[in-house]
Amino acid sequence: MAQDGTRPGPGSTGGNDDAGPASGTVLPGPAHAGADDLVQLIDHHGVRHPHGHYDALVADVDGAALQRLYEDMVVVRRIDAEATALQRQGELALWPPLLGQEAAQIGSGRALRSDDFVFSSYRENAVAYCRGVDLADILRVWRGNASSGWDPYTINMATPQVIIGAQTLHATGYAMGIVNDGADSVAVAYFGDGATSQGDVNEAMVFAASYQAPVIFFCQNNHWAISEPVGLQAHVPIARRAPGFGIPSVRVDGNDVLACLAVTREALARARSGGGPTFIEAVTYRMGPHTTADDPTRYRDANELEDWAARDPLARLATLLDSLGLLDAGYTDSVKARADAVAAELREGCLSMPEPAPSDVFKHVYSTPNSWLDRQQDHYERYLASFAQAPQEGPR
Amino acid sequence: MTASRTNTRIREFRLPDLGEGLTESEIVQWHVAEGDTVELNQIIADVETAKAVVELPSPYAGVVVRLHEAAGTVVDVGAPIVSFEVAAGPDDAVPVPASVPDEPVPAEPAPARREPNLVGYGAAVEKGGRPQRRGRSLPAANAPQPAAVLQPAAAPQPRERPRSTPPVRKLARDLGITLDTLTGTGPGALITRADVLAALAGTPSSTAEPASPGPRPRAVRSSTGEIRTPIRGMRKHTAAAMVASAFSAPHATEFLTIDVTPTMELLAELKAGRAFEGTRVTPLTVVSKAVCIAIARNPILNSSWDEQAQEIVQYADVNLGIAAATPRGLLVPNIKAAQSLTLKDLAQALGALTETARAGRTPPTDLAGGTISITNIGVFGIDAGTPILNPGEAAILAMGAVRSTPWEYRGEIALRSVMTLSLSFDHRLVDGEQGSRFLADVGTILRNPAMVLTMV
Repeated sequence: MAQDGTRPGPGSTGGNDDAGPASGTVLPGPAHAGADDLVQLIDHHGVRHPHGHYDALVADVDGAALQRLYEDMVVVRRIDAEATALQRQGELALWPPLLGQEAAQIGSGRALRSDDFVFSSYRENAVAYCRGVDLADILRVWRGNASSGWDPYTINMATPQVIIGAQTLHATGYAMGIVNDGADSVAVAYFGDGATSQGDVNEAMVFAASYQAPVIFFCQNNHWAISEPVGLQAHVPIARRAPGFGIPSVRVDGNDVLACLAVTREALARARSGGGPTFIEAVTYRMGPHTTADDPTRYRDANELEDWAARDPLARLATLLDSLGLLDAGYTDSVKARADAVAAELREGCLSMPEPAPSDVFKHVYSTPNSWLDRQQDHYERYLASFAQAPQEGPR
Repeated sequence: MTASRTNTRIREFRLPDLGEGLTESEIVQWHVAEGDTVELNQIIADVETAKAVVELPSPYAGVVVRLHEAAGTVVDVGAPIVSFEVAAGPDDAVPVPASVPDEPVPAEPAPARREPNLVGYGAAVEKGGRPQRRGRSLPAANAPQPAAVLQPAAAPQPRERPRSTPPVRKLARDLGITLDTLTGTGPGALITRADVLAALAGTPSSTAEPASPGPRPRAVRSSTGEIRTPIRGMRKHTAAAMVASAFSAPHATEFLTIDVTPTMELLAELKAGRAFEGTRVTPLTVVSKAVCIAIARNPILNSSWDEQAQEIVQYADVNLGIAAATPRGLLVPNIKAAQSLTLKDLAQALGALTETARAGRTPPTDLAGGTISITNIGVFGIDAGTPILNPGEAAILAMGAVRSTPWEYRGEIALRSVMTLSLSFDHRLVDGEQGSRFLADVGTILRNPAMVLTMV
């Protein structure tokens, strides 16, 4: 949150903070109305910067915890690469890669409690991984085998919303329900920079503020809404919009997993204690295409990708771990083995996924028996059965 | 991979749909050659789809035994592109008939063929074993009909919707042109705006050359001599417009027969004078001008009933429609803001409009936005009739033939130039009084053009 935000002296704007480790000192930052400053704990050189406010929120994150975060990011990047390959091999109809957004998703996803509830878009597969999703379930919809990947209540994460921004309303509504239940869990909506132009997101923020609902608006500003640059969505940092709704906001380096963890924890604490909603703008970059059906080279400058590759979320954490002596061969081998195992499990889960039966279309329409639908199903099954009785020359 | 030769099998990799709804892709470059050993997900080729150049990762670890297509080839989705020799996995321990060693075990990479309709494929082609529609199980049909068996390919294939874009479809619908009748000139036979406009204008193929396989409906003469013509195109559009108009707007028609000799004398004078040299002035010119003047005095005739909004829309401009017989059928192009034109300008506009219409080159903008119409049935030698409103308009005036008729003139009988005007109006918004006043005004002007001085 801006008012609380204090940060190292040098480099007070943007994600290009080239501040070296030299400064070390923590200066109290001025209170901002704008929340333009970027919270960053690990810069892109892999240097950990102390932070007067957010350090306390990640004080428990020791070397082992950093290693776990790194492993998570390596694994989800591998999941993403494997799923992309599966699409190229004709096993998936489509895949929306998250390459480059691992830190934003893992940092925030690992901050959550199991009774919090996530409402995501279609790109938050790393968040789903944090929630403990069955790997094949991530692919089910993209393989066209089901209309929905998993039972939302088993992992407390709704299935991905394809309608841009609609999930923010679901999250706000769920959060209002949390208040009615007297619980202290939190609803988290994940969406992108493009979604902030949608009416749904703005309505959700109005209601979240009005009801002081325990909801976090986690916006991954990955700079591109398919082919539209973020500059078309907003002429000011997106985080600045939230205060207009009466919602405190913070901009965080979305490629810094530790900073993402810190700001999400702060927002969760606020929500749990009755402090209402928070808007987080995680400034990151979609390094891949919008989906496997997209060719980003047609609309974006190759130099831009190069700039952001230099801020890669995995590379900087690897450098930090290395500088802490935590990136030995034994560890990296175990991470690689884990990623390989997950990729193999994902592939196997995809290829062995049973084809849905024609009558499966009738499942999950109503939660309770419905005679009208039963009758339709009966008719349809008898229709299908009629093929078996058809004379031999029938099929062509 | 160096699996023992006895424990391997061949797997075929078929080109998948790499985008959403693509039907083909070009193999830009192979990164492997026959005989190469590849890892799972190793990039084996660059493939260019309509959307992007993408890298193809190998779906198997094994040896490339065959590249089915050369680089530079455009391959249909579903066609085999690489065969791999791979180690037999646990799946293969399941009894599989040895006679089908090259059947890919993982789920079908892609159906063999997809309808090229991009988003939404419709049902994939069944892989056999199941009919696509219910087989007939008539007892009498047990004996196979030789013809039916010999011609399985003759099964009627559902016609694909002509390829076009939504705005062009709408344009075609608005103009009453059926896309089925057009041949697209855009990429992939896409029907473009230009194609639709060309069809409307009658070029290039709608003119009357009999050899032309143009879009005109083809009439078929039956053995009994009756000619059956498919209802489509302009005829269909005209019919729909007439039905819509006749059964939504209650028509009332009034007739007025008048002595238009002074108008004819005026026309003769104009033709003789210098001012209108080169300009064709006809009774229609004067009637058009008279209608504009009469509307200024009876503006409700220049209005429209907006059923949806439950409002009566009275127009500021008189967009004067002129019914015209064209090679494609009846068209009613209109002259925009006709009330602002001088008689000469109006005459020239009428000339241009009818000439364009007869040549079949009427642009769509001329067909839209009319507010009142004139139909000149006099050119066919007809005196009067009940014109049907151009849909959305409140009035239409039919002008009959000018005939030399014995007529009362200054207390005697004389041969005069006499014409009958027939006015139909939408009785929902035009009362008999208003319609009558309007018609009388037009008649007054034609009877004595000098009376305009008292009216404007």
